[in-house]
Amino acid sequence: MSTIDVTKAPVADAPAGRRSPRRGRRLGDRLLFGYVWLILAWLFLPIVVMIVFGFNDTQSKSNVTWQGFTLQWWGRLDEYPQLLEAVFNSLKIAVLSTVITTVIGTLMGLALGRYRFRGQGSTNLVMFAAIASPELVMGASLLSLFISVGVQTGFATVVVAHVLFSLSFVAITVRARVIGLDRSIEEAARDLGASTWTTFWRITFPMILPGVVSGALLAFALSIDDFVITQFTSGAVQTFPLWIWGATRIGVPPQVNVIGTLIFAVGVAIAVVNTVTARRRT
Amino acid sequence: MKRLAPYLLILPGGLWLAIFLVVPMVFMASVSTQEGNVVDGFVQTFNFAVYGDALSQYQTQFLRSAGYGLAATVISIALAYPMAYWIAFKGGSRKSTYLLLVLLPFFVSFVLRTVSWKFLLADDGMLLGPLKSAGLLPEGFHVLQTTSAVIGGLVYNYLPFMILPIYVALERVDPKVVEAAQDLYAAKREAFTKIVLPLSLPGVFAGVLMTFVPMTADYVNAAILGGPENTMIGNIIQLEYLVNNDYPTAAALSFTLMAAMLVGIFAYAKALGTENVLEAAAR
Repeated sequence: MSTIDVTKAPVADAPAGRRSPRRGRRLGDRLLFGYVWLILAWLFLPIVVMIVFGFNDTQSKSNVTWQGFTLQWWGRLDEYPQLLEAVFNSLKIAVLSTVITTVIGTLMGLALGRYRFRGQGSTNLVMFAAIASPELVMGASLLSLFISVGVQTGFATVVVAHVLFSLSFVAITVRARVIGLDRSIEEAARDLGASTWTTFWRITFPMILPGVVSGALLAFALSIDDFVITQFTSGAVQTFPLWIWGATRIGVPPQVNVIGTLIFAVGVAIAVVNTVTARRRT
Repeated sequence: MKRLAPYLLILPGGLWLAIFLVVPMVFMASVSTQEGNVVDGFVQTFNFAVYGDALSQYQTQFLRSAGYGLAATVISIALAYPMAYWIAFKGGSRKSTYLLLVLLPFFVSFVLRTVSWKFLLADDGMLLGPLKSAGLLPEGFHVLQTTSAVIGGLVYNYLPFMILPIYVALERVDPKVVEAAQDLYAAKREAFTKIVLPLSLPGVFAGVLMTFVPMTADYVNAAILGGPENTMIGNIIQLEYLVNNDYPTAAALSFTLMAAMLVGIFAYAKALGTENVLEAAAR
């Protein structure tokens, strides 16, 4: 996409007393540019606060005013064993649900992108419902199901719920990739005697892999961060967000900021690598 | 085999969605008409009176949620549109970097970001503390536990879901069309109101859907940033399900909330086409 870049155009000298329309446009652009950064700063403000207060030398439970710099919290992560356990639960749930979601979501994406079949409309509708339903309603209805059937909520039910809400996102991401495929390459492979199975693993799968990877990353990020559905389906199992929720009543210890900072750093690193490699591919 | 292929591929995911998304809705309806308690168990009595009771008891919270959701959505549109516009038309080669910046906050848990706001806005915290000691604010001034704090939190947490769909719609507007309008002597403002704005409306609609619905059902912001006067319907549902274990009332409330939202969503999706909204949602 090429846009005419007005900022690079030579500015005609406007006669004194008359505002040049071009200069007005540049001022407008500059204001908008400032505005964009203002909003970005607002989006990042609580995150900066979270990171900074992981280094706060606070004495009391209330971590709201700056008391001086310390690294002690980074070394005292084991002070709350239940917090660490909650973090590990979050990771375990995210890994397991990402694997399941990626496999069945990729299959769905292949079907939706490649074939026209009866029931496609209703499949799309249900996927749309899974994206558009508020988490609260999904969580409440899942809990109603588990109560009625007599299933004890816990680790397994959380995984079920996480697969449910990330499935559609993976399927849509993969479908977009499948629709954009050049079918003639697969035909060529078949003409050269490759079986359906070989064609899929040697040709199709490598070509849709970027879509599968970004779908998996999305599913993982959604799962690690999820709170509402998790709270409804977790029973006695704690995850990182649930532990923080429980701690807000009594005061959130600085170790939470430290762990949040670590998760954020890993997430940013993955996102940056993903963006850079995606740019190199295209 | 070739004819069966799509069905076999769809089967695992389709079953998952059917068993855990569609079926639970039926169970929720069933639970709402039961009577009993946690200790003795619940019995199906088709007690529909619970709907009337729950609705009249929590009417305030329903209306409040809708009001908060509406206010936060309108503010989100106003904040997101100029930003999406700038990224789409002036972002140039840096577009993807800006979009990445918009999405990065999601790598910090939703709850943790809201708790961070609670730190920031605390009565003697970083923002209010210095202002109070400088005598610029009265001693009793507070932001937490107010309506503004809750709506601000909602806008903060869901803004990216408004920015992205509007950006996608604006990104699809061909600059040549805008040029053509200007060649035909349209003023800059006219080119915007007659061409860019109408073409970007589907993005705004998708953004409204992706923000209004979860904002209205949200209970995290009201619980962390609000006070007893800011209880939303989500807080009630969460409380009734997970604390009071009054499942019939909780199910009746969630079912009502869902029905109200479904009506809205389907009217919406019909006007837009589900594909569009899905595509926008997937970006």
